[in-house]
Parts: sequence; structure tokens; C-alpha cells
Amino acid sequence: MAENGQQTGTFRVKSGMAQMLKGGVIMDVVNAEQAKIAEESGAVAVMALERVPADIRADGGVARMSDPEMISEIQATVSIPVMAKARIGHFVEAQVLQALEVDYIDESEVLTPADEKHHIDKAAFEVPFVCGATNLGEALRRIGEGAAMIRSKGEAGTGNVVEAVRHMRSIVGGIRRLGVLDDEELMSEAKELQAPYELVRWVAENGRLPVVLFTAGGIATPADAALMMQLGADGVFVGSGIYKSGDPARRARAIVQATTHFKDPKVIADVSRSLGEAMVGREMGDLKEGERLATRGW
Amino acid sequence: MAGNGDTNSDTSGAVFGDERPKIGVLALQGDFAEHLNILRGLGVRAVEVRTLEDLAGLNGLIVPGGESTTIGKMMLSSGLSDGIRSFFYKGGPVWGTCAGMVLAASATTGPRQPLLALMPALVERNGFGRQVHSFEAELDVEGFDGAFTGVFIRAPFFESVGPGIEVLSRIEEKVVAARGDNILVTAFHPELTDDVRFHEYFLREVCDL
Repeated sequence: MAENGQQTGTFRVKSGMAQMLKGGVIMDVVNAEQAKIAEESGAVAVMALERVPADIRADGGVARMSDPEMISEIQATVSIPVMAKARIGHFVEAQVLQALEVDYIDESEVLTPADEKHHIDKAAFEVPFVCGATNLGEALRRIGEGAAMIRSKGEAGTGNVVEAVRHMRSIVGGIRRLGVLDDEELMSEAKELQAPYELVRWVAENGRLPVVLFTAGGIATPADAALMMQLGADGVFVGSGIYKSGDPARRARAIVQATTHFKDPKVIADVSRSLGEAMVGREMGDLKEGERLATRGW
Repeated sequence: MAGNGDTNSDTSGAVFGDERPKIGVLALQGDFAEHLNILRGLGVRAVEVRTLEDLAGLNGLIVPGGESTTIGKMMLSSGLSDGIRSFFYKGGPVWGTCAGMVLAASATTGPRQPLLALMPALVERNGFGRQVHSFEAELDVEGFDGAFTGVFIRAPFFESVGPGIEVLSRIEEKVVAARGDNILVTAFHPELTDDVRFHEYFLREVCDL
């Protein structure tokens, strides 16, 4: 939209917002009090949601967009950006979140999908979107729909980093692979990836995604965060890992430090001392069919 | 990559005993890589600043965009706030973009937060509103030929500035670019555009290179 010479909602403004979050930690919070702790711990943004993924798993049932009242309370409490989740394909939840002026919408597999075939047309919104991806093709399809930020999906609410690692390696490895292909090989690669050709070409030429790439889903310790950063993440989403641990404020600060100083094992060692109990993790093999959230969306 | 995470060695055109001017970019959080890329294109050595030791031998320092509360807290816990203040008050040139402009101010209209207080100015954080109100605008800038595209992202502005501060650009009454002797601030992000005039301005007019 253009108003007195000011253009809002441009892609540069949307993706630029994510660029400001780089090197930072975005924390799941379920109320204003947790949001305050997150801000004081050095979070670059908070994700407002009704239940953290570990509880969504435990409770079962349909998980939806949060109560607008709770989102407004959190917005009134902190000065850092406030994000919120909409169900995959639920563009009215997204319209509501835009009306609430959340700073970023996560079209998230952690909530129960509203549409099994279509994701939200994100280019149509002024507010930017972040979407999950398990591989390069999925990431580029979401960017094709207008996502201004990507996060590797991982497996939320498990406290197990293995899926986050798998997805990050898959995305980064896919990007590296494109770099060695001939021009004439790019179209068939686009077909394999089921991704828009123009984006495939852009990635091949630039050696990176055209938007910021965060990681999510299973990060529970400072070392987990630093591992993901060394694998190529621009920043970290932490959900259940903080508030399901023994000393959330302390763990939150430690993960923030480890994310900034991800190349410095001494710092990571220091902040990892006597952190108290980490959240109880879950083995991927123990998840029942249908319990895997990363398979939601395409 | 494992064991290969070092992006701080600027080898672009580097030779043994590199004599080129060295500009640091505070790399605690935010869009520091974008600044580093532009600086390297302009032929200076550009290095990440994460610890006090990294400040040694710098000809200038950029405090990038990011979350000012996060960067402020990390600067305090690492001792970098005192280090940067001492660099600045000995004459070291500093440029703050967006979050860097907030941190350079002496006071904020919002809740208390760690500031560097490098210039007499009152800053309004998120002065143009939340992200849905973030925008691009063509700006007239003092001393620039032709408009500069300002990318404003949850941007701040200076409500007022003290003596010795020259205003370089405004949107209505809001100060969005200003400078003092060895300090430059912009509420917007020249590092998100291909227009390198502000980086050249910093090197030439503020760092005297």
C-alpha cells in the first residue's frame, strides 16, 4: 500500500524484518509473564501461542490460533516483536492476526492444518510470514507463495534435535547441490524439487535462500542451538525447550548466549554449567503414526 | 559447517601486512553480514566485532540493525558497552543503523533499557508503529544528490536532538538521520539496498578515510 509516498508491505520490508532477527532466539510464550522473562533473557522476538508444542502433543485435540486477548496482553507487555501462529491454509486466522498487528505470522504445522492441499497466499498480506520446511523444494514453494522467512521444521515438542538437523542439512545440502549444476540441468532440478524455476535459478546463482533461514523443532540446550547455527541456521526458534525445563530464565539466557557465540565452545561450555534439568526428550521411534508434525503441509 | 564456522577472516584482496583501513561491525545480533558485504565491496577490511579484543585497531565501527534490547543486553554482559564508549570518546567513528540509532541515543521515551548514550538525543523506539506499518520512502538527505530509498523496519526516530548534532534527514518532524563529530545515525537500513552512498559517506565524512 502507498500512503503519502510511503510503501508498506513490500517484500524488502517483510524479508528485511527477518534480517533484523538474525543471530537471535525467538521464544514460544503462552502468557505475558513468560513474554517478560523471554525479553529480559535477550530474546529477539516472542511467539505467542496457547500451549507449547509439548503440551499440544500431550493434550491432543485440535490446536488453533491463540486467543486475541492473550496476544494483545503480550503486545502490551514487551517491546520486542510479537509473532503468532495460524493454521496451515487458514487465511482467516491470518487476517485476524494481521488485524491484531502481530509482527510476523507463523503458518505452522504445530497447529492442526485447516487445509490439506493449499497453504495461505502469503503475498496478499501486508504482514510477513514465516513457514516451516523439511527440504529445499518445500522451502522454495513457501517462498513462491510469499513467505519472507523460512524455518526448518524439526519435530516440535520432542526436545530431540535430530529432525531439526536432518531438515537443516537437507535444505543447506540442496542449496550447495544447485551451485554445481549446469544451466540446462536447473529446469529438471526444479521439476525434481517441485519448486518454481525462477527461485531455483536464483538460489543456484546466489548460493543461499532469498530469505532468512531459521531453525526450529527440538532445540533444548545451548549446544543444540550452536549446532544448528554451525549447520547454517541464521537464528533459532525455541519452544517447549525453555518453559519445560527446570530453570527457564537461566536456560533462556544460556541459549541466547550460545546462539551469538556459536563458534566459541568455551562460551557454550560456560553457559551450559549447572543449568538444571533440560526438558524430557522423546525418541523419534516412540512417536506413533500421525504424531509427526513435520509431515503436515507439503 | 563443522569446524569451518569462521566467517570473520576477510580475505578479499588481503595481502600479508594488509594496510587497508579496518572497519568493525558489531556482530552480537542483527543484520551485520549485510554491512560487512557492502564494506568489503568498498575496499576496506571489514571484521565482525563480538568481543572487546575485536575493537583493537579499528578505524570505525558500525552498530547494525537488530533488536536493540537484545544487542544492549549482550553488550553489557560482554563488557562491549564500556569498550565502545571508550572507543567513541577517544574519537573513534561510530555509525548506528536502526537498533544502532536507538543505542546511540542518550534517552528513550520507552521503558528503561541499556543504551550507549553517544549523542544527546531522545529516541522513540518503534516510532512508526508495528511491522505492518514498516515502509520504504524516498528521502531527501543533506549533502546527497538525489533521493535515497529509506527502508524503515519497526524504525525509531529522534524526537529531539541536543547541541552539536546536525539533522541530515526528516520525515515530517521526525529526525531519521543525524550526525555529530564522530557519530552518524540512520533510522533506516542503507545496508538493505544496493545504494552504497551512506556507507561511502560514513567512510569519507565520519571516518575521514
